Amino acid sequence: MTTDAEAPAAAAPDRYVEVQRSEEFAALRRALRGFVFPMTVAFFVWYALYVLLSAYARGFMGTELVGNINVALVFGLLQFVSTFLIAWLYARYADRRLDPLAERIRAELEEVSTGEHTVRG
Amino acid sequence: MSTLFAAEAVDSTARTLTIVLFLTFVVVTLGITFWASRQTKTATDFYAGGRSFSGFQNGMAIGGDYMSAASFLGIAGLIALYGYDGFLYSIGFLVAWLVALLLVAELLRNSGRYTMADVLAFRMRQRPVRTAAAVSTITVSIFYLLAQMVGAGALVALLLGIKPGVTFLGMDADTAKVATIVLVGALMIIYVTVGGMKGTTYVQIVKAFLLMIGTILMSVLVLAAYKFNLSALFSDAAEASGKGQAFLEPGLRYGVEVAGDPTKTLYNKLDLLSLGAALVLGTAGLPHILIRFYTVPTAKAARKSVVWAIGIIGSFYLLTLALGFGAAALVGQEAIKAQDAAGNTAAPQLAQALGVRFLGGELGGATLLAVIAAVAFATILAVVAGLTLASSSSLAHDFYANVIRNGEASEQQEVKVARIAAFVIGAVAILLSIFAQSLNVAFLVALAFAVAASGNLPAILYSLFWKRFNTSGAVWAIYGGLISAVLLVFFSPVVSGVPTSMFPDADWQWFPLNNPGLISIPIGFLCGWLGTVISKERDDTKYAELEVRALTGAGAH
Repeated sequence: MTTDAEAPAAAAPDRYVEVQRSEEFAALRRALRGFVFPMTVAFFVWYALYVLLSAYARGFMGTELVGNINVALVFGLLQFVSTFLIAWLYARYADRRLDPLAERIRAELEEVSTGEHTVRG
Repeated sequence: MSTLFAAEAVDSTARTLTIVLFLTFVVVTLGITFWASRQTKTATDFYAGGRSFSGFQNGMAIGGDYMSAASFLGIAGLIALYGYDGFLYSIGFLVAWLVALLLVAELLRNSGRYTMADVLAFRMRQRPVRTAAAVSTITVSIFYLLAQMVGAGALVALLLGIKPGVTFLGMDADTAKVATIVLVGALMIIYVTVGGMKGTTYVQIVKAFLLMIGTILMSVLVLAAYKFNLSALFSDAAEASGKGQAFLEPGLRYGVEVAGDPTKTLYNKLDLLSLGAALVLGTAGLPHILIRFYTVPTAKAARKSVVWAIGIIGSFYLLTLALGFGAAALVGQEAIKAQDAAGNTAAPQLAQALGVRFLGGELGGATLLAVIAAVAFATILAVVAGLTLASSSSLAHDFYANVIRNGEASEQQEVKVARIAAFVIGAVAILLSIFAQSLNVAFLVALAFAVAASGNLPAILYSLFWKRFNTSGAVWAIYGGLISAVLLVFFSPVVSGVPTSMFPDADWQWFPLNNPGLISIPIGFLCGWLGTVISKERDDTKYAELEVRALTGAGAH
């Protein structure tokens, strides 16, 4: 049976401040924010464009491309494609770039806090 | 009653089969629930399923938690009646998951424990923040619950084919509605109090599986009817709708252009933008979705579960295109509207039409109708169980343990209170739903998304990313977003002033939009900022701990 009744204190408070100021942690933060912030802006703008065009550019959205398949339908399907693509890109990026950095810092933190047995729930 | 529902004998076959299938689902899920209860010993087991689920399992459960009857029946119905605009809705519901994936899921998993408030209150004064979070969690969940339960009541008469003047097991349509609400409520209380998060998760996994199978089966049959030629399906649907090419373009339901009334047109278009904003920003602030991230062992598993969820939910919404356009083409708007003006029975009616066509006549139709109707009930049950669990967890862990008892409550006491809370919230939801069943409460799902986007999301994002954020900011963001969203809706046409309002005979409406998001989301973010800067409180040491833990997983529960 798993338990995490005890609040797992991985380290003393000042230790966290020290880590937060370290070059290693700054690199992790940069790697995370450098990916997720621009990507969030990108998909949000892309989605907003879709909604705005649906509201204000009906003529354009109704343009037929092949048979009765129009721009609105293709644009909508592209929202699915972009969502799947971003999810896949992020998962790959996080696995390769973020996890190793995070893992190293975590190991250091939990190693230093000797005597403090951390129960991972 | 449409001509599709042919002989009374077929009606009664479908009805019996629906009930048998539904009871099978209930028996199986109750079995799982009681099995899960034996594995539920600690608070972590009850609140977070022992954090023992895999990324894939949790991805399925997220799908089961998220794909509500509003998605399955509602979006298929919207597409069947209004064509393209139903698709717009599902795109918002899907893209929203990127907010959860990129900004929230992993950081929340690493720094929280059982509830949304664990992260919000991490570096704040516990009492005010946890109280605000509990109020918001319970408000959002109750709105959502009401919409689902009232919907379940309305559906049962339609799905079981209980017409006015006809009785079923001695019940007329109105009694059957109340009985359904009570039954759904009782089952969700049992799932949650007995099975906790473990039981609820398995119910959601089973439901997601059934829903996907049912949807794939119907979609394949629809496409087979058109020899897998999408263009032929679309043109048939457009023709049958009587609206021609406009049926395949945005604008029949949302952002409607009213000829000669530029003001109304402007409001309609702003309403579309408002809905779009609430859909895409609401998901990552829904408490019953957030607590799902605690059921996996690591942040990496949380990430995997969201990626799976995006795959499952995205495929499902793509298939609803086939269902909706298939219903428009093969069932027809007249037959759908004759059953339910809002189109909620389009999917079951399509099942019947497909069964008649492919599975050997009336009996085949009755069979497929019964299967899909039972899946619809399973869908409702899994969602309401998730909502009840989220609100009772927050009431017990945030309000009882950390506000009333100041963090002194033992684990056993906390879980006991959570079980009692689930019972009380379930009972309140049953009573409110019975009271509200004659009212048009379908807007409550959109309102729940608006509140989540306006109050919860700003508080979560500021907590995770803004060093200066503090108690005052968190409290302001939650109450500011919550109150502005609820007030704007109260003074909007969905509550009073027009024939489709919740109270059509009253009129205190002055806010022109049906969806408050366009105004209330900026208010929520603004309140969070303002509340922060007017307070001197600032704890950089605690933020260092939160940030390091959130990003690295050090000391994660």
